[in-house]
Amino acid sequence: MDPMAAIRDTFFQECEEQLAELETGLLAMEAGDLDPELINGVFRAVHSIKGGAGAFNLEALVRFAHVFETALDELRAGRLAPRPEIIKLLLRATDVLADHVRAARDGAEADTEHSQAMIEELRTLGPEGADDGQAADEIDGLDFQPIALQPEPAVARSAWTVFFRPRADLYAKANESARLLRELASLGATLTTLDAAALPDLDALDAEATYLAWTIELATEADEATIRAVFEFVDGDCELEVTSAGADSPQAAPDLDIAALIAKAQSQAATPVDTAPAISEARRAPVAAPAPSSAPEQPAGPAAGGTIRVDLERVDRLIDLVGELVINQAMLSQRVMEAGLTRVSGVAMGLDELEQLTREIQDSVMAIRAQPVKSVFQRMPRLVREVAAQTGKAVRLVTEGETTEVDKTVIERLADPLTHMIRNAIDHGLESPARREAAGKAAEGVVRLAAAHRSGRVVIEVGDDGGGIDRVRVKQIAADRGLIAADAPLSDDEIDNLIFLPGFSTASEVSDISGRGVGMDVVRRSIQALGGRISIASRPGQGSTFTLSLPLTLAVLDGMVVSVEGQTLVAPITAIVETLQPKAQDVHALGGGAQVINIRETYVPLIDVGQALGYRRQPLAAGAGVALLIEGEGGARAALLVDAIQGQRQVVIKSLEANYRQVPGVAAATILGDGRVALILDLDTIVAVSRGDQRKAG
Amino acid sequence: MSLTVLTVDDSRTIREMLRLTLVDAGYRVVQAEDGVHGLEVLSGEAPDVIVTDINMPRLDGFGFIEEVRGDPRHRAVPILVLTTESDAEKKNRARMAGATGWIVKPFNPAKLVDAIRRVAA
Amino acid sequence: MTEPTSNAGATARELISFRIGAQEFCVDIMAVREIRGWTQATALPQSPAFVRGVINLRGAVLPIVDLGARLGFDSSEVTARHVIIVAQIGPQLVGLLVDAVSDILTVTDGVIQPTPDVASDTAKTFVRGLMAIDGRMISLIGLDHLLPEQHLEAA
Repeated sequence: MDPMAAIRDTFFQECEEQLAELETGLLAMEAGDLDPELINGVFRAVHSIKGGAGAFNLEALVRFAHVFETALDELRAGRLAPRPEIIKLLLRATDVLADHVRAARDGAEADTEHSQAMIEELRTLGPEGADDGQAADEIDGLDFQPIALQPEPAVARSAWTVFFRPRADLYAKANESARLLRELASLGATLTTLDAAALPDLDALDAEATYLAWTIELATEADEATIRAVFEFVDGDCELEVTSAGADSPQAAPDLDIAALIAKAQSQAATPVDTAPAISEARRAPVAAPAPSSAPEQPAGPAAGGTIRVDLERVDRLIDLVGELVINQAMLSQRVMEAGLTRVSGVAMGLDELEQLTREIQDSVMAIRAQPVKSVFQRMPRLVREVAAQTGKAVRLVTEGETTEVDKTVIERLADPLTHMIRNAIDHGLESPARREAAGKAAEGVVRLAAAHRSGRVVIEVGDDGGGIDRVRVKQIAADRGLIAADAPLSDDEIDNLIFLPGFSTASEVSDISGRGVGMDVVRRSIQALGGRISIASRPGQGSTFTLSLPLTLAVLDGMVVSVEGQTLVAPITAIVETLQPKAQDVHALGGGAQVINIRETYVPLIDVGQALGYRRQPLAAGAGVALLIEGEGGARAALLVDAIQGQRQVVIKSLEANYRQVPGVAAATILGDGRVALILDLDTIVAVSRGDQRKAG
Repeated sequence: MSLTVLTVDDSRTIREMLRLTLVDAGYRVVQAEDGVHGLEVLSGEAPDVIVTDINMPRLDGFGFIEEVRGDPRHRAVPILVLTTESDAEKKNRARMAGATGWIVKPFNPAKLVDAIRRVAA
Repeated sequence: MTEPTSNAGATARELISFRIGAQEFCVDIMAVREIRGWTQATALPQSPAFVRGVINLRGAVLPIVDLGARLGFDSSEVTARHVIIVAQIGPQLVGLLVDAVSDILTVTDGVIQPTPDVASDTAKTFVRGLMAIDGRMISLIGLDHLLPEQHLEAA
């Protein structure tokens, strides 16, 4: 990869990190933390973005960043007070900066109107007459003053007299006279005279002081600016005089009266050179891409804190390979068993150990891709700000458990559902400040986003302290849409779950914000596609909480392999509470084809999986088969009837949707030891569909 | 034998650009992320030139230069300041702290190399 | 991957022809990834009859479409079909179940005649044109819309 392109990628990655730091810092300041180091960090974040952006000529970004930086400079210098409305303005500026960064990265145009408006607002914070950064951008390269341009006639060669007396400071900054004189000499013919008059006796000599001065007669084609440029760095640390000895001597080396010159030099009062601002060419030279160097393509960055940066592709490849390893190991075990070789000494134990090792490798490799949910959570504050502004509500976002780790692929697919749910919470869940106050609540509503590990899964909660689900209205809408019978007796829980039905929300019902044709049914399908479950708990007047339960990784599953009508299927073990052999007398019919089973004096719906999936018309005879007692997220239980249990196995999840599409009742697929595809069941859908069928039929 | 340049900047992007430019010009490059890190690196390296940013966490450019100038081993090492800030007050402060020269970002690679050659010949 | 229409430029393209029952068909060879023999497929619940199930294609799950059934033919000759043409349709790989693969043909567009209007709906969806080669009629099949649309799945 072209090295500059790689650095460009690095830059944009770094921008995202800086933006996150910026937002976190400003939020902390909003919460009252005014540690100067925090404020400095906020300044540096924007300063860094500006610096890098300049190198890539991202003009719009540089311009905005400069104004933003100027305002932040006022803040860190104490000239601007961190009042709440100021911080809020800076947070909005952060959002605009983020837009600029992303536009620059994608080669798109950022919203110029919005940006300009923000620039005007930021300018009101800054010092009067603050420049807009254009001048600064145009100063290029070395720029240590004093290049007072004088209209020098272009003569072939002219004679100059340069008087140079360094001061001690010059050496203290590691500059060297010898070098400077050498450089001057490179401009043309020189005649250098040393003035050592100030040199004391050896015993009075201070090694750090300066006693020497030089007068150099120079015949050169270069102009005065170039001559002075030689002394660029040391201006201020020396006495320097550059005078033209006249343009009327076109010969190479003018005849000089040395003594006269020395006298002249010594008699002249040294005056510090004018520090006129550099007026160099207003041209921002793009950073040229040097010839491809041997720079490594994957910079494994500094191992600060014992981490390394690894290309994601490599990790994915590793995970794929480990997945294949698991399948192969299962196939090998099976074949060995079938061949009756397990009786040979050591083989069974060897296979067991192999399975152990494979499992451990798999766990370790999965952990590589595990990331804290923070990366998804940190997009939310901005979202909350925007939706709050759009709906005119006052909202505070509280997050917990940001360090909870989840597989990277899960995290990426969480963003959309979470975004939608938070939008919903603010738009529909929270009441307006006026209504909240009338109800005796604080005007500012709270949206809570929490993540935690619970019994081998990741549980994420999105809650609000709003008005809760309006059950009367939801039931009415569902009835109007033909999703339920108008007089169907539904429990509160069942009414709440109506919002998940496809067709529940339409454009007319949902506001512009949470609408766009995306309803909770899509959210639920997204979660289910991740192998997760979603449920809702709501209390009128107090608010609602959505609970998502997700697997730790997408790639593997602990499964129970079962047979149904000759088909081999896999049921996720985490959902299975127990298995039991139903006795004929415990099974009762309910009407409409529905059945229940009596388990320790509780009646639980009994669903024939073969029937639910269409493998058979009639259910198994009562008392036949094995029942899997499962528990859904809301605690609702059901018993799924299969023909037989083949065993338990960890299986690698293969997507059915990659080459086909979603099949109701099927979550994904896997490849068993015999090389054949087995379907992984989506237990919740099977239960829900069966229940729905019964309701419709009944 | 090629010269060694120590670059100190908290921006990964800038560090990589500096490395690219300087390695290409034949220099050996060692890097640090801020002033404190820079001092740590200096305990084990004797660079011929130092290029440093001003705005950095933990220890900024000014503090870093002062520390370097205060260390007998590195007192005479040329230090170039590389930063986006160009106001006279900051420049003066850098000069007071002991900077040898000053380069404004975005830096022109040719001029950067030129400056290094001039102070470290 | 969209099939070039029969009135695209007069460039030659390669087609792979195959037999289903007594009829011959062909598809653009650019869409074909490989050809393999039949292996027992795992049935998919609630799927149209022409979706025979899924098989394991080197670790990926590949759906098998009985092409004859999809084109509307009588599926009584199911057992005769034992060649799977693995085709790329858009981002997905799909296996087409046919009887046998015949030949690779190189044709120019001029050889392809438009489908006559008398054809059925199914034919119109999939048959992009007809060709007469060596006295045989070969129908050019377009693979877009081969898989069922999402709403067809609900039982």
